[in-house]
Amino acid sequence: MNATAQAPKEPQTKVTVRSLDFYYGSGDRSLKNVSLPLYANKVTAFIGPSGCGKSTLLRVLNRMYDLYPGQRAVGEVLLDGENILDPAIDINALRSRVGMIFQKPTPFPMSIYENIAFGIRLYEKLPRADLDERVETALRGAALWDEVKDKLQTSGLGLSGGQQQRLCIARSVAVQPEVILFDEPCSALDPISTAKVEELIDELTNRYTIAIVTHNMQQAVRVSDYTAFMYLGELIEFGETDDVFNKPKEKRTLDYITGRFG
Amino acid sequence: MFSIEPNRRDANGAGQEAGSNMSEVVLQQAASPSVAPDRTRVLGRLALVDRIFNLATRGAAMVVLVILGGVIVSLVYGSWPAMRAFGFGFFVSQSWNPVTENFGALPAIYGTIMTSAIAMLIAVPVGLGIAIFLTELCPYVLRRPIGTAIELLAGIPSIIYGIWGLFVLAPFLQSHVQPALIAAFGDIPVFSTLFAGPPYGIGMLTAGFILAIMVLPFVASISRDVFETVPPVLKEAASGIGCTTWEVMRYVVMPYTRVGVIGGVMLGLGRALGETMAVTFVIGNAHKISGSLLAPGTTISATIANEFTEAVGDLYTSALIELGLILFLITFVVLAIARYMLMRIEQKSA
Repeated sequence: MNATAQAPKEPQTKVTVRSLDFYYGSGDRSLKNVSLPLYANKVTAFIGPSGCGKSTLLRVLNRMYDLYPGQRAVGEVLLDGENILDPAIDINALRSRVGMIFQKPTPFPMSIYENIAFGIRLYEKLPRADLDERVETALRGAALWDEVKDKLQTSGLGLSGGQQQRLCIARSVAVQPEVILFDEPCSALDPISTAKVEELIDELTNRYTIAIVTHNMQQAVRVSDYTAFMYLGELIEFGETDDVFNKPKEKRTLDYITGRFG
Repeated sequence: MFSIEPNRRDANGAGQEAGSNMSEVVLQQAASPSVAPDRTRVLGRLALVDRIFNLATRGAAMVVLVILGGVIVSLVYGSWPAMRAFGFGFFVSQSWNPVTENFGALPAIYGTIMTSAIAMLIAVPVGLGIAIFLTELCPYVLRRPIGTAIELLAGIPSIIYGIWGLFVLAPFLQSHVQPALIAAFGDIPVFSTLFAGPPYGIGMLTAGFILAIMVLPFVASISRDVFETVPPVLKEAASGIGCTTWEVMRYVVMPYTRVGVIGGVMLGLGRALGETMAVTFVIGNAHKISGSLLAPGTTISATIANEFTEAVGDLYTSALIELGLILFLITFVVLAIARYMLMRIEQKSA
């Protein structure tokens, strides 16, 4: 409560990253002492040149790196005050709270309906009618319902790239996470699909905390409330998006956003 | 040393030519028409070499087709007397009597299919388990050793499986496993028939066991390769909504790779159907169909291997060749299906 008193403008913190280091199996340190907050119901964008560690950071937030032996994170990542780097934490439960959308759309090899229902069934046993409703809500939430409502039983692999990506977002949302991580969600999409996904991200902020990695600076400006600029594994600058883009404190940030390197 | 000298002289000669006057150039030009046939000859020789090379490789490839065709023709030709004598009855008759020259293939076909079925029933779940463990759960340091061990298992000659089966596995099954099976299933309707009778040790079940071990490496290594074609990001996405490893495998990896896995299983089945030596050792070689899996039986390949040397009459030989033709057709179909399915998963991953 002290924090609120000191900085009344600051929204509630959902995730706190504290002096986080990350090592790949080879011993390379790809995150160096990174600390930053993710604010609840806000969009935080991560920008920086390729290999700067922004995707790595995202993959720490739901411990996706756990799938690969040898990779490890050191430091603290608090989700609602609970350290998710704690080995004792239930990883599947964590991932149900922290959803992830990937660069390439990843529909499962099943029908559109099943793609959504599958995630729901992992956690809840619902009667058919309720399940139908949840699927519809999720698809509506991802602005996909009107396009697919007549072909729910066809394969999710038959949709266009943009539709597949929205299907993945719907799938993620259907599990009712608290945080959604977007790892360059639009880099494989055309401008129209990109616009739809961005619109969607905007709507999702009402209910979720969002982190998005992007190479597209205009996109960062359009969708995010906060921006973190990373370079060579370090967090160079973090602040409100307007401030970072209009009056960056660091020269390296300025150089990057004006296209002088990266 | 000798070879260097003329070279030097050549080099000198070239130098002189370069520094030559007009008259020599005119002379050279006059001589150039004689150079042209030279070049044509060289080119002609190169074209000939190319042509020979082309024909040689083409011939090598054709040999395969010729052999395949030859095998089919000679099988059909050799089995013609038996086909004429027994007709379709060959497929449904259970008799196998060299004295009266009355032959039927049913026990051998039944044995072949039954032992292969038992083998697949055991090998597929275990093989998939190995493949899943190797691709998803195994610590990196163990991946190579276990993977290599499985491939080595595929390299063991079948005769070794045969003697091991006869001298080690069969007595063990006879004294420990089969009595237990008979006792356990004695009161359950269908199973009491399947596991009826005295524990011989050798028989269909033992042959199935041996085949399972022999087929296991195929199923395991092909499934592993097929599982590795699944894009990592798809598995991450499934994990990302909170799936356990089992759920990722069951609902995402398996459906994605189904066609390829079935292809691998069929390839293993093709091997099980045709396996001769190990089965001949442990099957019991009895030309009869028994309801019990513990009873001795025979397979097509075991029958041929056992009886070819003593097949004296023409009809006897012909019947064995027709058995061979049947086996050829069964495995051909199975392998064709396997290839087709593996091809489909390759297209998908490309």
